[in-house]
Amino acid sequence: MALSNTLASKFGYRFNWVGLIGLSIILFWGVIALIAPHIIPHPVGEIVDEDYFGPISSRFWLGSDYLGRDMLSRVLMGARYTVGISLAAVCIACFSGVVLGMAAAVSGGWFDTALSRFLDALNSIPSKLSGLVVVAAVGSSIDVLIVTLAVIYTPGAYRFARALAVNINTMDYITVARTRGEGIFYLIGSEILPNITGPVLADLGIRFVFIVLLLSGLSFLGLGVQPPYADWGALVHENVGGLPFGAPAVIVPSLAIASLTISVNLLIDNLPKKIRDRSA
Amino acid sequence: MENLVEIRDLKVEATTDTGRRIEIIKGIDLDIAQGEIVALIGESGSGKTTIALTLMGHTRPGCRISGGSVRIAGKDMVTLTERERASIRGTEVAYVPQSAAAAFNPAKRIIDQVIEVTRIHRLMPPEAARRKAVELFRALSLPDPEHIGNRYPHQVSGGQLQRLSAAMALIGDPNLVIFDEPTTALDVTTQIEVLRAFKSVMKQGGIAGVYVSHDLAVVAQIADRIVVLRGGEVQEVGTTADILGHAQHPYTRELLAAFEPKPRGEDKAAAEREPLLEVSGLLAGYGPIQADGLPLVRAVQEASLTVEKGRNLGIIGESGCGKSTLARAIAGILPASSGHIIFNGRELERSARQRSRDQLRELQIVFQYADTALNPEKSIEEIIGRPLAFYHGMKGRTRDARIDELLDMVHLPKTLRQRRPAELSGGQKQRVNFARALAAEPKLILCDEITSALDTVVATAVIDLLKELQRELSLSYIFISHDLSVVEAICDEIVVMYGGRKVEGITPAQLKAPQHPYSKLLFSSVPKLDPGWLDALELDPDLVKTYGQH
Repeated sequence: MALSNTLASKFGYRFNWVGLIGLSIILFWGVIALIAPHIIPHPVGEIVDEDYFGPISSRFWLGSDYLGRDMLSRVLMGARYTVGISLAAVCIACFSGVVLGMAAAVSGGWFDTALSRFLDALNSIPSKLSGLVVVAAVGSSIDVLIVTLAVIYTPGAYRFARALAVNINTMDYITVARTRGEGIFYLIGSEILPNITGPVLADLGIRFVFIVLLLSGLSFLGLGVQPPYADWGALVHENVGGLPFGAPAVIVPSLAIASLTISVNLLIDNLPKKIRDRSA
Repeated sequence: MENLVEIRDLKVEATTDTGRRIEIIKGIDLDIAQGEIVALIGESGSGKTTIALTLMGHTRPGCRISGGSVRIAGKDMVTLTERERASIRGTEVAYVPQSAAAAFNPAKRIIDQVIEVTRIHRLMPPEAARRKAVELFRALSLPDPEHIGNRYPHQVSGGQLQRLSAAMALIGDPNLVIFDEPTTALDVTTQIEVLRAFKSVMKQGGIAGVYVSHDLAVVAQIADRIVVLRGGEVQEVGTTADILGHAQHPYTRELLAAFEPKPRGEDKAAAEREPLLEVSGLLAGYGPIQADGLPLVRAVQEASLTVEKGRNLGIIGESGCGKSTLARAIAGILPASSGHIIFNGRELERSARQRSRDQLRELQIVFQYADTALNPEKSIEEIIGRPLAFYHGMKGRTRDARIDELLDMVHLPKTLRQRRPAELSGGQKQRVNFARALAAEPKLILCDEITSALDTVVATAVIDLLKELQRELSLSYIFISHDLSVVEAICDEIVVMYGGRKVEGITPAQLKAPQHPYSKLLFSSVPKLDPGWLDALELDPDLVKTYGQH
C-alpha cells in the first residue's frame, strides 16, 4: 500500500496492489526472457539426467523431461519464445486492427464497407486451421509464426476498435474537429484514440492470452517452435506422457502459461487510475 | 404530528475516490404539510435532487445519509431497513423522474409499466388497476385514455410520456409525490399542458408534492411554498408570493433578476448594415435520395434568412422543427440538398469538406451539450490551443499567451488550463466550448441551444458574456433556442420555425404582437413569474389543436 500511496501522491494516479502483482509477474517473465541464455544451468538440448520425468531435486530444480533434459533450463528458454512471439504478434495485430478500425469508422463509405467485409472473411477462417495451412505451406520459423498470429488476430481487433470508434465518431467534438477542417490522422490520433485507450488495452490483454494459447496449441501440434527449442505450449505437449506420474515436467510449463496469462489480465483490469479528486 | 414530512438536520455526505468525505447536504430542516406542494429550487449542484431522493430513503451511489432524520407520516426513512423502505416507495412516496423517456422500458407496453406498482405491492387485482390507470390518464388529460396505455413508450410524445410517468407515480395513492424537473426537457407549448395536468391532479387528490426545478417561473405556477437552496444549505424559505415579491437572499434576487428584460444596446442605422450571411431556399434532410434528387425526410424546407454584420439572428421553435438541422446545413455538417449560402459576399460550398480553411474559420459552430462537444480526454489548454495551432499556426509561448487571453475573455481563471472537462462545472464547460470557437477568430458563430443545458443564473451570465464579446470583437451570432427569453435578450431579429419551415420573421419590437398563429401560441406559452399566470392563461383551443399535437 505504501508504494501505491507514493505513486498516488506523485503522479496523481492510483495503482492497486492486484495490478502491481500482475505487473511484477509480467516483468519477471520479461526479464527471464531477456537473460535466459545467461542463467540456464544446462544447455536446453542436452540430456543430463539418467532418468526421464525425474522429480524435483537439488540438481534439477524442476525435474527433468521425457528425454531427461533439465526442465528449469527449458522453461526459462521457453519464456523467450512464448513471451517474445506472443508480444510481437499481439502488438502488430492490435496496432493494425485499431488503426484500420478507427480509420474505417471515421471515413465510412466504401472504404469502411470493403475493409469490413474483407476482414470479416478473414475472420471466418478458423484460427487454428489457417495457422496450420500457413505453417504447412511456408514452414515454421519465428517470423512466420509472428506474422501468422498477427494476421489471425487483426480482424478481431479491427472489429472491436471500429465498434468503439463509431460511438466516439458521433460525438459533437468530432463534428467540431471536422468542421474545423481537420484531417483523418488528427481525428483518429488525437480525438478518437485517447477515448478508446482503456477498452483497447483490455482487448490487447485478452488477445495476448489468446495468442499465447494459440501458439501453445500450434506447438502442441508440432507446428510452432521447432526442437530442440520449445515454447511453453510445446513443453506441455512433449511431456504430456508424464501426466500419469505427476511429473513436474508437465505441470511447470502449464503453471507458467497460467501465471503469464492471468497476470496480464490482472494488470489490464487494474491499470493505474487517474485520481479525479485532487483537492485532498 | 401535523406535518406529513418533517426533515430535521439532514446531512448527506459523499466519498470521493481518494476516500475523502464531502458533506453535500449540510443540515437541512424542512416541513411539508398534507396536500402542500413545496418547490426546491437552486442551481445545479445545490443538492435539490439529493434532498428529494432522501425522502424515499435513497441516496445516489457513493453517497450516504450521515445524520438527521427524514420522517414521513411518523416513519423515519433514515433508520428503516431497505425492505421497509421498499414497501413505502410507490405507496406512500412516489417519484416522477426528469426524463420519462429513460424511465420507461421501451420493450413493454405502457399500461403494464404503469400498474406495476400495484402488482409489486399487491394493492389490487390487475383489472381494477387498469381501470384506475385509465381514470388517471383521463385526469391527466391524455388523449384517448382508454387505449393510450396499449402503446409502447416510443409511440407517444415526450409530454404525454411525462404525464404517463406521473400516472405511474400516482397509481399507488401516495401521500407525497416527488417531481424531479419533470418539464425541463419539454417544449414550452407542451410544458403548459403537463403543468396543468399535474396541478389539477395534485389539488383534487390533496396530495403533497416536492417539485425540484431550477426554473422559477415554472415553480411559481405550481408551488405553495418555495425553498431556495445553494451549496447544500437552505438559503431562504417562503410562500411563493413572498419569494417572488420580497426576496431577501442575494441568490434568490439573482434568480429573479435573470427574468428581467435587459436593455439592449443601440441599433445601427439601417444604412450602415451589410449582409454577412444570406441563406436562400435552403432544403436539407435525412434519408435516401429520392427520384427528384431530394432526401426522404426533409427537415428544413425553403429556409431563407439574412444575418447582417454585427447583428444577431435568433431561430426559435419547438423540438423537431428543424432549427438544429438548419444550423448544421449552414455549417456544412449536413450538406444541403438545394439552396444557396452566401457568406461574406461569396457563395459557400454545401459541404464543409469542400470549403476552404478560411471559410471554415470564419464560421464557427458551438453545440448545446458542452459535455459531448469537449473531448473528455483532453485538457482545456489542448482544446483551446488546437484551433490556434490549426488556423493561425501558433506555437509555444505565443500560443500559451493567446490561450490565457481567451480564458480571460470568457472569464475563466488561468488555473483551469491543465484540467479536464469533467473537472469543470456546466457553465465553465460552456465557456470553454465558446472560447474554442473564439480562438478561430470567426465572423459568425452559430450557437445551437448553448444555454439550454444550463440553469437560469448561469445561462444569463453566458448571455451577458456573449453580448460583451460581441461589442469587443464585432461578431455576429445565429442563436438557436426553444427559449424565447434567451433569444429575446440577445437577438436583433427572430425567425420562428415550425415543421421545417420559417413561419415568421420578427424584430423584438414586434414581439408583443406576433402575426402568425403559431408564433402567437409559442410566445404566449412562455411561463411568467406571476403565480396566477397558468390559471389565467387561455389558449385558443383551435391553435393548440393545430400546432400542439402533444
